[in-house]
Amino acid sequence: MKINPKKNYEKTKKEIGYISRKKASQKTYDKIGFMSGLEVHQQLLTKHKLFCHCPAGVFNKNNEYDAELIRHMRPTLSELGEYDGTALMEFKTRKNIIYRINNKNTCTYEIDDTPPFPIDKEALQIALEISLLCKLNIVGEVHITRKQYLDGSIPAGFQRTAILGVEGEIPLKNKKIRLIQLSIEEDSCREISDIGHTRIYKTDRLGMPLIETVTYPDMVNPDEVMEAADYIRFLNRSTGKVRTGSGAGREDVNVSCKGGTRVEIKGVSHNKWIPELTHNEAFRQWALLSIKEKLNKITSEKKWKLNFEYLDYDMFKITYPPLKTARDKNYKLIAINLPHFNGILSHFTQPGKVFLDEISDRLKVIACLEKPNILSTEDFKPIINKKDLEIIKPILNSNENDAQLIIWGPKEDIPTAIEVIEERCKMAFNGVPPETRKSLADGTTIFERVLPGADRMYPDTDSAPIPLENNYIDNLNKNLPVEIITRFNQLKKWNIPQDSYKYILSKNLVPLIEKIVKNLKIDSRFIGTFLGHKLKFIEGHYVSQSKFDYNIIYKMFEFIVNEKLNINIAESMLPIIYEHPKMQFLSVLDIINYRKRNIQQITAPVNFLKEKYREIGKKQTPEAESNWIMGELRKQAIGNINLKELKNKIQNS
Amino acid sequence: MNSDIFQGYKGKALEILKKYNTRVWGQAEIETSRGTFKGTILPRAENDDDKHIVVKIITGYNIGIDVDTIKKMKETGYKKAKYAIPEQEFPTTPNLPNVKLFGTGGTIASRLDYRTGAVIPAFSPGELYGAVPELADICNLTTEKVFAVFSENMGPDQYIALAKAIGKEIENGIDGIVIGHGTDTLHHTAAALTFMVQNSPVPIVLVGSQRSSDRPSSDAALNLMHSMFAAGHSDIAEVMVCMFGPTSDDYGLLHKGTRVRKMHSSYRSTFRTIGDSPLARVNRKQIIPIKQNYNHRRKDNKVDILPYFNKKVGMLYFWPGMSSDALDSFIDNGYEGVIIVGTGLGHVNKGLYPALERAKEKGIHIYMTLQTLWGYVHMFVYDTGRDLMAKGVIPLGNMLPEVAWVKLSWVLGQTKDPKKVKEMMLTPINDEITEREPYNGYLVYQGGVPEVEEFIKKVRK
Repeated sequence: MKINPKKNYEKTKKEIGYISRKKASQKTYDKIGFMSGLEVHQQLLTKHKLFCHCPAGVFNKNNEYDAELIRHMRPTLSELGEYDGTALMEFKTRKNIIYRINNKNTCTYEIDDTPPFPIDKEALQIALEISLLCKLNIVGEVHITRKQYLDGSIPAGFQRTAILGVEGEIPLKNKKIRLIQLSIEEDSCREISDIGHTRIYKTDRLGMPLIETVTYPDMVNPDEVMEAADYIRFLNRSTGKVRTGSGAGREDVNVSCKGGTRVEIKGVSHNKWIPELTHNEAFRQWALLSIKEKLNKITSEKKWKLNFEYLDYDMFKITYPPLKTARDKNYKLIAINLPHFNGILSHFTQPGKVFLDEISDRLKVIACLEKPNILSTEDFKPIINKKDLEIIKPILNSNENDAQLIIWGPKEDIPTAIEVIEERCKMAFNGVPPETRKSLADGTTIFERVLPGADRMYPDTDSAPIPLENNYIDNLNKNLPVEIITRFNQLKKWNIPQDSYKYILSKNLVPLIEKIVKNLKIDSRFIGTFLGHKLKFIEGHYVSQSKFDYNIIYKMFEFIVNEKLNINIAESMLPIIYEHPKMQFLSVLDIINYRKRNIQQITAPVNFLKEKYREIGKKQTPEAESNWIMGELRKQAIGNINLKELKNKIQNS
Repeated sequence: MNSDIFQGYKGKALEILKKYNTRVWGQAEIETSRGTFKGTILPRAENDDDKHIVVKIITGYNIGIDVDTIKKMKETGYKKAKYAIPEQEFPTTPNLPNVKLFGTGGTIASRLDYRTGAVIPAFSPGELYGAVPELADICNLTTEKVFAVFSENMGPDQYIALAKAIGKEIENGIDGIVIGHGTDTLHHTAAALTFMVQNSPVPIVLVGSQRSSDRPSSDAALNLMHSMFAAGHSDIAEVMVCMFGPTSDDYGLLHKGTRVRKMHSSYRSTFRTIGDSPLARVNRKQIIPIKQNYNHRRKDNKVDILPYFNKKVGMLYFWPGMSSDALDSFIDNGYEGVIIVGTGLGHVNKGLYPALERAKEKGIHIYMTLQTLWGYVHMFVYDTGRDLMAKGVIPLGNMLPEVAWVKLSWVLGQTKDPKKVKEMMLTPINDEITEREPYNGYLVYQGGVPEVEEFIKKVRK
């Protein structure tokens, strides 16, 4: 029974009830049992790294390095005496991990050739402040734990991390989200490349202080997940002691659907991507459950077994370029028969993706076979043709309802590759395998690793526990910033437009507004809008020559008030000040050609202009006329007179 | 019984656990002034304070709870963790060499010790095979725990016990010997075994690890593979140290037991041959010789075991302005030999002369080595040197200070006749003194120099 893969994809997509996020409602999510929790990572703004004295936040380009070193990671036992699943999988891949080291940001600690120094006090304090803001139960003693990572992202093979508090909560618009814990940890390496058996990292970010806030899976729709992520981000930033900018805040998003499994989407750096990613992941799981049901109707995991045969390149007329390359490299060529998988390989999983992708992604990560790494009888654009199948099927002893794969690769990787395929197909009988997945910009995800369990934790025998005395915690408690929910309410009270909230909270500008309103008696709605619209626009379109500190904005308004200028000049001054934060305000006035004029001076040419307009005006109405004159006089008026007042004057003269 | 139920807890913390009837490995709910915590009570390291209880929470992390904040505590369950490296029988392969692994302690293979919070060794062949299955492709392994001490606690009695154990194994026809050892005094033991085990027909390889095997990036597994390969397959029948060449997971170096020294407190590539080049490089598949002259492997089972050691030998690291009392204390305490570690070409100041004269009168054997580690003692160059020799101080060429201490102890365990002692000290058994220092025997690079930076970036991994 030959199927049309493209049609099968559409058919199965419809079958499982996939709809786009725009069309989805809470009812949709209730039906598939959408459930999601967050792990929010936030870098702390400290001078030094967490366990050594290297400077934090000093970065280098991929090719700027002083030395390279190579490590291989080996699974070890956890404290409770078990090997972790991820650990074993990563050992299978046998990667050469290369670290590129730059002397300006890396010492012998990061590369695990020196034991840790005592934890950075500044980082610990910031993390505790945030823990208190999250209403967490603060531990009595901090125990540094080693959390194994065998992907190489940390040269030691483990991350030093410690819990500071458990069981807290954050308030959203309509509900409270419970927090599981908050930990302080060292950040990992940044990956440069990962090709075949070689993965290259740089160590600039490695060891920088990071906190991770973990929520319970209390979110029941994609928008709620984003709302929670935003809230935690704003809360972190409200301390003014965390890093901002690309990669400084990253989210791991846990998603499952009813009957599914917790799957972790790793390293989402933009909160606005969260809704699409979680939506698609919940449906991917829903689709895998449908596959599970179909397969179990026909056969069982226990009975299922693939068979494979090595092929000769000479058996086929090879035109597909990757196969030509494979032949030139003397790679092995293998045909695999998947019993009863006809219609499964092209089964919908995510928009534009099918079950075959699940296999292909794992081949890349675990067996180190670079993509394209697989051909199947259900490719949308078929490469294996009828003639090929007439050769392959008899060799494999295939039945009508089976699907066939072709893979190729270096001899030593083939056993792992076949194991990976067998394993993934068998997992299909159980539904959703626990995984961490990498997010893509289009809202879909790909396999990254097997989801690690609690088994990878191990006490750090290199560091002593750190007691947290009551009076230390009490003192921190006294000096905390205002809660985010309070700030929300304050913005509302100030009558600031809602579309400015996100920007103002994310930049922690509430204290600035408060100061301007209180000291300079400027209208809060004006300031809120000025920051939320004007400043936001300028930040997105101009480049600052030196560090732009938001306190300059206070100084600018103070200057305007003291010089008795009209406040509307702020809009003209801001772009210049943003570009040149060190420039004196008087020079800024010069640049924008400001001259002090009184209302009589400004309105003097009005009658002349009115006559002029009668000659040249296209639309002879009073409104058009005054608008044109406003345009002519606007420049002179800015900073001297309110524009509404000017318009009145024009219309009434 | 208490110690088992309340492992490591004492004082206030112990009282609290008893009060609420909660055991180590018990699952507990703890109400405190900082909120409620749930988890499994873990043992506490003996040296930690008595003010906190350690709890493993559900996410796998450990936390400590301040006993002063505890309001209430309840045990809701009990589950003791079993920590064991999965043990599988070490397979025997007909054509592979038989290697014996002696365990002395150290971190070659280890597991967590809750008593100290540190790691303790685990060592049966089955455990090793469970942790490093690749070993089965290299040799047939048997193991014997000779003793379990940390490196710094290794001493004369252990050297002697090891030497005798090695002798027995060789007589029984073993193909190679590996000794797992903590790294701190690995080079002392290597020197001692060089003198105590002479004319060995098989390789004797000492190995350790700079990162305990409880961590994924440990050098232990690779060091074990390298050392077993060297012991089983190498033609070099000498006492050697096998440790990482570079800090990367790449190859190991085989160092002569008399010329090797630990040179960094924590680097993986800490062991270096001083004043010469190493014997060979080793990886999992081959030995790549560096030196051409060495003692070759033989088929016989003959070996000379000379298990002698005089414990009354000391070392004196000279400091500027040192006065006689430093050496006097050795003399007054009945020391029979002293290795001086002198400055420059082998000097000490005049303040020490009276004590040196006294030592000579008492027949104490005094030998000179160098703080510079590299180079030879040259006591003819300056008057000081000549004065010192006149006072009975004997220069030891380019013998390393620690090796000199071991050797003098070993010699004085056999004879006290000054002439005989001097002859034995100055006659090298295995290159503890070499006749010449090759040009590449002294390589201490300076970072920042352009050509060194280039070398580090491009070549040294």
